[in-house]
Amino acid sequence: MDVDFFVQQLVNGLTLGSVYALIALGYSMVYGILKLLNFAHGEVYMFGAFIGYFVLSALGGSASPSIPVAPLLVIMFLAAMLGAGLLGVVIERYAYRPLRNAPRIAPLISAIGVSFFLQASALLLFTAQFRTYDTPQLIPPTKRLDVGPLHISLTRIIVIVSTFALMIGLTLLVSRSRLGKAMRAVSYDREAAAMMGIDPDRVIVATFFIGSALAGAAGVMFGLVFERVFHLMGFTAGLKGFTAAVIGGIGNIPGAMLGGLIIGLAESFSTGYISSTFQNLIVFGILIVILLVRPTGLLGSPVLKKV
Amino acid sequence: MSRIGSDDWVEQQELRSEYYTGFTGPARKAFDRVGPGPRFFAFLAICAIFPFFPTVADSDFLIRVGVNVLLFALLALGLNIVVGWAGLLDLGYVAFYGFGAYMYAWLSSSQFDVHLPTELVIPIVITASAGLGLLLGLPSWRLVGDYLAITTLFFAQIFVELMLNLDRLTPPWRDEPLDVTGGPNGIPGIDDMRIFTIDFEQTRDYYFLLLAIFAVVVVGLYYINESRTGRGWRASREDPLAAELMTTPVNRLKLLAFAMGAAVAGLTGSVFAAVQTGVFPQNFEVALLIMIYAALILGGAGSISGAVLGAIIIAAVPEILRTPENARYLFYGVLIASLLIVVRPWKRVAGIVAAVIVFGFAVHEIVALIWPDVVVGVEDGGLGGLLDSWVLVVDDHETLVNFAFVFLVAAVLILTQLRGESRMLLLIPTIYLAAFVWENRLVAEPSVTRQLLFGAILVAMMTKRPQGLLGTPRVENPI
Amino acid sequence: MAALLELKEVSKGFGGLQVIGHLDLTVDEGEIVSVIGPNGAGKTTLFNLVTGIYRPDDGDIVFGGQSIVGMEPHKIANLGIARTFQTLRLFLNMTVKENVMAATYGKTKARWWQSALRTPGSRREEKEVEKLAEERLAFFGKRLVGYRMEQPAYSLSYANRRRLEIARATGTGPRMLLLDEPAAGMNPVETHEITDLIARLRTEGGYTILVIEHDMHVVEGISDRVVALDHGVKIAEGSFEQVATDERVIEAYLGAKAVRDEAEEAGE
Repeated sequence: MDVDFFVQQLVNGLTLGSVYALIALGYSMVYGILKLLNFAHGEVYMFGAFIGYFVLSALGGSASPSIPVAPLLVIMFLAAMLGAGLLGVVIERYAYRPLRNAPRIAPLISAIGVSFFLQASALLLFTAQFRTYDTPQLIPPTKRLDVGPLHISLTRIIVIVSTFALMIGLTLLVSRSRLGKAMRAVSYDREAAAMMGIDPDRVIVATFFIGSALAGAAGVMFGLVFERVFHLMGFTAGLKGFTAAVIGGIGNIPGAMLGGLIIGLAESFSTGYISSTFQNLIVFGILIVILLVRPTGLLGSPVLKKV
Repeated sequence: MSRIGSDDWVEQQELRSEYYTGFTGPARKAFDRVGPGPRFFAFLAICAIFPFFPTVADSDFLIRVGVNVLLFALLALGLNIVVGWAGLLDLGYVAFYGFGAYMYAWLSSSQFDVHLPTELVIPIVITASAGLGLLLGLPSWRLVGDYLAITTLFFAQIFVELMLNLDRLTPPWRDEPLDVTGGPNGIPGIDDMRIFTIDFEQTRDYYFLLLAIFAVVVVGLYYINESRTGRGWRASREDPLAAELMTTPVNRLKLLAFAMGAAVAGLTGSVFAAVQTGVFPQNFEVALLIMIYAALILGGAGSISGAVLGAIIIAAVPEILRTPENARYLFYGVLIASLLIVVRPWKRVAGIVAAVIVFGFAVHEIVALIWPDVVVGVEDGGLGGLLDSWVLVVDDHETLVNFAFVFLVAAVLILTQLRGESRMLLLIPTIYLAAFVWENRLVAEPSVTRQLLFGAILVAMMTKRPQGLLGTPRVENPI
Repeated sequence: MAALLELKEVSKGFGGLQVIGHLDLTVDEGEIVSVIGPNGAGKTTLFNLVTGIYRPDDGDIVFGGQSIVGMEPHKIANLGIARTFQTLRLFLNMTVKENVMAATYGKTKARWWQSALRTPGSRREEKEVEKLAEERLAFFGKRLVGYRMEQPAYSLSYANRRRLEIARATGTGPRMLLLDEPAAGMNPVETHEITDLIARLRTEGGYTILVIEHDMHVVEGISDRVVALDHGVKIAEGSFEQVATDERVIEAYLGAKAVRDEAEEAGE
């Protein structure tokens, strides 16, 4: 077996998986707290990628940035996360909050509508033209790590490391902070949490902000690694991110990370060893198998309802 | 005052039965009992217009629009079975449409050089589609609501991918690749239909074929809904557990709903393939699914007449948006209609419209004064001429229009939260801004406008009027 | 009287919690048996086990001589067991009549294509189903008939909703009714009516009835036999007087101190 090739696919899979994991986290967090599938999440990710692009262009572009690369990247990430987070909050406020007590189908359909509307807005604002981050100009491919069979560019290292950092940050937030505790309380029983003095609206807004911000970061990362940014990128990425969340157990945060990695690796290996044509089929197949065998996902817990 | 624990309604039964006496008594009693039945027959009466449409429509284009309307109506009716009656969120519905179309193509074209008689192909398509529906319905046993939605959505994606990529598949028993689906170029050259010696060659012929199918489907579905099957679906939707305990086989009924909806979609797909004389993967993408959902939600999920009304509106919109002139009528018409819905004392609407007109002229004059090069007139005749000095059309200022769009969305969102005077005040510049964005971008980009509109319809309907135009408002179980 | 329903050594646990433990229960045909016990005693779980929502971990449930463990709920319902719910579970958006008609699914056989084609058989069946529903509703006097039959169920008052749920249950043509707290939330007049109603369900309807109830007036008024549960275990069984004065029952409801106080008072 060609070890180099295998490791290459592994690296690709991890990179892609990081992006999917970040998207999946947003889905899982929102589902955990509202039992809602935020279909528009993929579009938020897409807008994050575009925000990163426009910030990059505003600061000179990849070829001749007006500030050093490191702070440039930080600004891009922060802007995308902030913008995406705000977008998520606005969506929640106007498309989901009025439907808090409606049957589950209603916010789902509303979410589909938002997704479609955002896609069209992106088409209107940005046109169908592909934009490119042109990363090789910004981070030269010569900056890389070559150790044995491992060949990994600096860009990918940045992506994987920052994803890890974000995930660790999120886990700490959820398990240690007061906000995290409030989030968990609201996800168990919204009314009871309200009676304990927690404002569910604020917690929900915070959840949406954080989840969307992560998606925004994922968008920038995708732009850095794969370079092309276009208005339809949210749809498939959203679908994959959602699949990852479900595979890991929706509502479960470590599960989302695990699911993201699984999907990323599955895609990478199937593209490398079989063909890229059937990568979506394989991902779908994994989803079906897991849902039929373990409907609550790999790390999810079964929901018991009192009859 | 009545005793505690006694039933007022029962006690007043006597009084009530006296109300319907006299000469007009029975008539009043009958009128008071108007229910869904008479509404349905009114709907049928309106549908009677359909057969006369081709004689009125003078161009082939218009007849093609009629065909589109009927295709949409059938699709909406089929989706209504799954979503409206059984309450299952099927986001893969458009794949059945495509499957029916491709199946017809495989059996009646030069792709495999198979040219089966139409009388045979149609039952095959219906059965195969129903089978596929059963298959997709199986996950609904274990998956509820959201999970089912995502699985079915994925299925639709896979379908398009398969159709796009199965043109170079090399099965083990062949040396050369097999072209099953024609790939991105689809399958052209599909045979015309020929049913019991009637040849369907022109669009007109297909119009009447679709009309016949539509009539049969509507009547059949109506009766099915009024029967134990319909009750079973509704009970399953209301409370699957209680339904199950009241002898309803919920899982079986879910499968039936999926299969039936798929069969309708598949049949419609086959006619679509014949009309278009070709099938392409792009015909069956998510955008179409969203349109069908928009039609159903707008019209009213769970109601046959709602599905048809919604389909008519949604199918007509893209056609109207095609030419800027017609699109303008639609835009300003919808604007006025929204005002009438949102602003209650209708006298106020006149006031607002007047204010907007004045505001517009003022802004136009001021801008023309300060930056004369920027302002460009509105080109077309018709409504365009009227608007020429009112709306601000700028030349070559894309970023400005983009920002205007964002501000417009923000303004509309804020408007939903305001009441009273501040609402009226904000309404005026918002309307003008909307006209600005419309004239400068949207009027010339019908597909984007369509997408924006359908997405907005879904959100607006769900938040403001979930039962749609013709549906009945539902009460939700507290469970 | 033959035993219609038998539970033999039935146990059910969730996670680490044993909700029902080694329960033996028999209901003879034509009997009215009440199940009482403090909250959490496992009464509703008992109903869920009998109707097939849960599967017992151990033991057997026999209905009409046939073991029903592992059968699907709608098949059990077809065999002749129908129930009402502690928290009402009506088909709120369907009309009153449709609620009862929906329950007749298992007894009808019109296939969808027969309904679509309006075959004479399906039309006849529709009429029969409608008539059956009207009869079931007429059992409750004038409250659920006439104009009300076409009203959506959500327009009914609470007491009428409870009655409708019982009517719906009888629509399945059962041999046995499981009534889960039928008098919950009712005022004294309505409670009295419910007591009469349950008695009539046996005498006129011929149903065997198993009732969960907290209101002791109702229990006293209707029961041939009373079974008391606590923590999933049967602690007493017998006539109402026997069970109501049983020490363990008093202790379960009111605590050991209450038993001691009573004994002291009696001793004085």
